[in-house]
Amino acid sequence: MSEKKQIQVPVMADLAARGESPEVLFWVGCAGAFDDRYKSVTRAFVRILEHVGTKYAVLGMEETCTGDPAKRAGNEFLFQMQAMTNIATLDGYGIKTIVTACPHCFNTIKNEYPALGGNYEVIHHSTFLQNLINEGKVKIAGGGEFKGKRITFHDSCYLGRANNIYEAPREVLAALDADLVEMKRSRANGLCCGAGGAQMWKEPEPGNKDINVERAEEAIGTGATIIASACPFCMTMMADGVKNKNQEDNVKVFDIAELIAQAEGINA
Amino acid sequence: MVAALGIGLFGWQIRKIAHNINLGRDKTIAGDVSQRINTLLLVAFGQQKMFKRPLPAVLHLFVYIGFLVINVELIEILIDGTFGTHRVLGFLGPVYNVLMAINEILGLLVIIACVIFLARRNLTKVPRLTRGPEMRAWPKLDANVILITEIVLMLALFAFNIADQKLSQLNGVQLAGAFPVTSGLVDLFGSDVSTLKTIAGIGWWVHIIGILAFMNYLPSSKHFHILMSFPNVYYSKLEPKGQFSNVESITHEIKAMLDPSYVVPPAPEGADPQKFGAKDVEDLTWKQLMDAYTCTECGRCTSVCPANITGKLLSPRKIVMDTRDRLEEKGHSPIIFAPAHYKEESERVKVTEERTLLRGYVTPEELWACTTCNACVESCPVNINQLSTIIDLRRFLVLEESAAPAALNTMFSNIENNGAPWAFSPSDRFNWADDLFMASKN
Repeated sequence: MSEKKQIQVPVMADLAARGESPEVLFWVGCAGAFDDRYKSVTRAFVRILEHVGTKYAVLGMEETCTGDPAKRAGNEFLFQMQAMTNIATLDGYGIKTIVTACPHCFNTIKNEYPALGGNYEVIHHSTFLQNLINEGKVKIAGGGEFKGKRITFHDSCYLGRANNIYEAPREVLAALDADLVEMKRSRANGLCCGAGGAQMWKEPEPGNKDINVERAEEAIGTGATIIASACPFCMTMMADGVKNKNQEDNVKVFDIAELIAQAEGINA
Repeated sequence: MVAALGIGLFGWQIRKIAHNINLGRDKTIAGDVSQRINTLLLVAFGQQKMFKRPLPAVLHLFVYIGFLVINVELIEILIDGTFGTHRVLGFLGPVYNVLMAINEILGLLVIIACVIFLARRNLTKVPRLTRGPEMRAWPKLDANVILITEIVLMLALFAFNIADQKLSQLNGVQLAGAFPVTSGLVDLFGSDVSTLKTIAGIGWWVHIIGILAFMNYLPSSKHFHILMSFPNVYYSKLEPKGQFSNVESITHEIKAMLDPSYVVPPAPEGADPQKFGAKDVEDLTWKQLMDAYTCTECGRCTSVCPANITGKLLSPRKIVMDTRDRLEEKGHSPIIFAPAHYKEESERVKVTEERTLLRGYVTPEELWACTTCNACVESCPVNINQLSTIIDLRRFLVLEESAAPAALNTMFSNIENNGAPWAFSPSDRFNWADDLFMASKN
């Protein structure tokens, strides 16, 4: 039998007040905090952290944008302002290790904060989940409810090409014992969802098609009923693309953390 | 004499190109030398990234190896020409036989590859090789000139070998070398000694003058990649592709703002106050300018660009080609230089009269279509970083001209005011944690 348990998410300021420090800081990101769809990914990932007993904390209200969209759009000044603010907060708490479910936050903190004095070990949640599975902390006995389901993984540019992480999300999905199918353009040859480079916040330039529709067509073409993603912006774009093709009843978009939490039976 | 002239002229052109590349901003490119050499061996010598597309990779490999090996014979040709000797390396015996045999086989493969390449450009019209506003008159002609020249050079070599073999046969002399391709064709030109001598002479001279002329054609051509790809790959970016460059002058400014006691290090004597981002070629780094000279206009980047695939104006190749055109317009021009501008009514590229790289060649519409996905960078066989130039041009638009699209300005002010790119209240940032439950198994 299972029962419902309420989670009190630990906030860094409280831990610091008690003189404690977490193993990892969970960097939620703006999409994870504000986007209605992606909030459920944040919640799923927290359930997993609780489930495996990781000592974690979040910044809560102290977190602010990493500056990624500003930097990609060319606003280096705003980016560095954000970065230095965040570095001051993180260093103030003596943070060493950060985990995040957003490839854009991941890339920015891991690769671009060091030049501004912020040095942390940064882990994307795909790698984090892969480790939990490898260590046997997440078991998914028998593959859970996704066993045999046809799933295709959409590579996020900022996880894949930008940081060469291709296998971790796939190994996580492999734990579901599902029927994993690849799109023709995958891994290093993966096609962008169309959101990167600050496109998420503007209308596309004139063309003959939207990029997310092109990508959604490819994903739907695999016959998958689930498109797995590991990025908040990919998730929005793919879901919109699927909707554009009127396939939203047949094809669902989930983050890998949601699939793992669901298969592990810890959602409530 | 001819050789000295050819090589001298080439040296003079190389100096001009070095001058152009040096117009770029200084940037120290550090990084592990062994990692750089490893990349050089794999990507440049080993053509690793070409093999993402096997057919053109194999054909290109024939031409590449053909170029390297057949040029060994060039040494002999130069010695023979200078000292009036004949097949001076013949004393190598069996080694020479193997060398000549390999040369002939490669020569044949080069011809086959070039014919297929010509067909792909002119008959089947492979989209990445033929489409796009940047594939104007000169780039199209240039590609065909290269392929036809290579075929002519190989045919000249074959003609020389045929005539030479027949002459030896008629004189009853044993000719050094083995000729698997042409030995069956010895009677092709008949057996008139003076005709044969003329043909051998023409074949020999066409080959040698052809190569020297071709060498001097390189600086005007995309074929310059045969030289530039090696240094360009050596200096390729070793950091993760997602890591964009840091603008240090801004770092100093912000540090000084946050901490009044921070002392900004003085700029080097005589240095121009640096613009934020790039408006013209001299605002780019020397590596970005070297990228432009390395581009072979193959269009792999553009064919994988999500913006281009979906009909947007952006073509990463165009930005690299524009950089070279603008650099040669502003600095030294090569012998053949007539970049048509993007003026035709039918063109979507709306450039301004002001001939700077930004707006005079590359329009904001192209730049704003980029998703920074790095597909272009990943696809480039010679490790050009198209994205770094796009970002530097965007930086100029945003930081110097405040000319970002309105929606992006809204995003910027959201980040400034709310700490998030959307217009949410920062006090709602932690609401996701409310009423959060999980199933806990007993």
